[in-house]
Amino acid sequence: MTIGRHEDTERREGVVLTPEQAKSRRARNIAIGVAVALFVALFYFVTIVKLGGNVVPRAE
Amino acid sequence: MSDASFIIDEASAPRAPVAAPGDYFALLKPRVMSLVVFTALAGILLAPVAPHPFLAFASLLAIAVGAGASGALNMWYDADIDRLMTRTRGRPIPAGRLGREEALAFGLFLSIMAVFTLGLVANWLAAGLLAFTIFFYVVVYTMWLKRTTPMNIVIGGAAGALPPVVGFAAATGAVDLSSVILFGLIFMWTPPHFWALALVKRAEYGAAGIPMLPNVHGETRTRLEILVYSILLAPIGVAPYLLGFASPVYGAVALLLGAALVACAVEVYLRREGDKARRAAMRLFFFSIVYLTLLFMVLVIERLLALSSWLA
Repeated sequence: MTIGRHEDTERREGVVLTPEQAKSRRARNIAIGVAVALFVALFYFVTIVKLGGNVVPRAE
Repeated sequence: MSDASFIIDEASAPRAPVAAPGDYFALLKPRVMSLVVFTALAGILLAPVAPHPFLAFASLLAIAVGAGASGALNMWYDADIDRLMTRTRGRPIPAGRLGREEALAFGLFLSIMAVFTLGLVANWLAAGLLAFTIFFYVVVYTMWLKRTTPMNIVIGGAAGALPPVVGFAAATGAVDLSSVILFGLIFMWTPPHFWALALVKRAEYGAAGIPMLPNVHGETRTRLEILVYSILLAPIGVAPYLLGFASPVYGAVALLLGAALVACAVEVYLRREGDKARRAAMRLFFFSIVYLTLLFMVLVIERLLALSSWLA
């Protein structure tokens, strides 16, 4: 199968984003990152609160 | 396969979305979400034993995200009619900033996350009630009732009325009369609130093919039903005091606001022509928001005060 010059260019460059698209993608990435971090923190603190005083050093 | 099939031209190339995080946030219907948070908080605070503040916060967050997810799924399904109404055509999908598929995926993902988070943070009764609320709003109201019957917002109002019940269940693991009274309060409040708007936006609802009560049974019947529902709502507003889970201050506020709401409904019933009729309907629409907000605000404030004196 012969690969056309046009297709070759597309493979190397992929979909070229406009500056507006690149900016909104970056904003979405940051928002997802912040949301995931908050979700992890939420479950961390929920776990701590739920365990409460039940976390005690085990007797050796 | 020919070489030509590999060549990507501009028209068929996958289009990268331009939606900003704010567009996804708009899918959550933040104003509706704030009302849900407020009413769910009242449900949590009605609990006889104060829940841990952080668990209460996490539960509230899960309920808020669940409500937002159902808003996103509503916008996914209703994108076609949202395009036709001035009130909704600026939403992210009709405005072309977001695709329907993205809204669907976003809504489904958040629904699942919200339900499982509430189940793990609080309990599975609350999670089940939240799942039922989302299902009722999206499937029963949005997909079925909204486009088929003028009773759409009467029955569909149950979805908006459930958050205090979910909140109470999250805090206690049970459902009791106090949370059911708050459910009844929002349930009875919904028809006069939306029908007042429907009287003014009748033409738009008609153009979108939504069978709101004024479009199907006429304005006279709608004005009468608004009055009847408002008269039934006023005593339910006072019920939290009568049943002993709100103070006399709440009772007095509920009585005054209920009387004012009925007065607004009487005005809507009597003024049937021209600009005065339109203004009366809009007055009722906005006053109904004030009515519900103030009632829940008083309820929340007095429960917080009781909680702080209990902690002191």
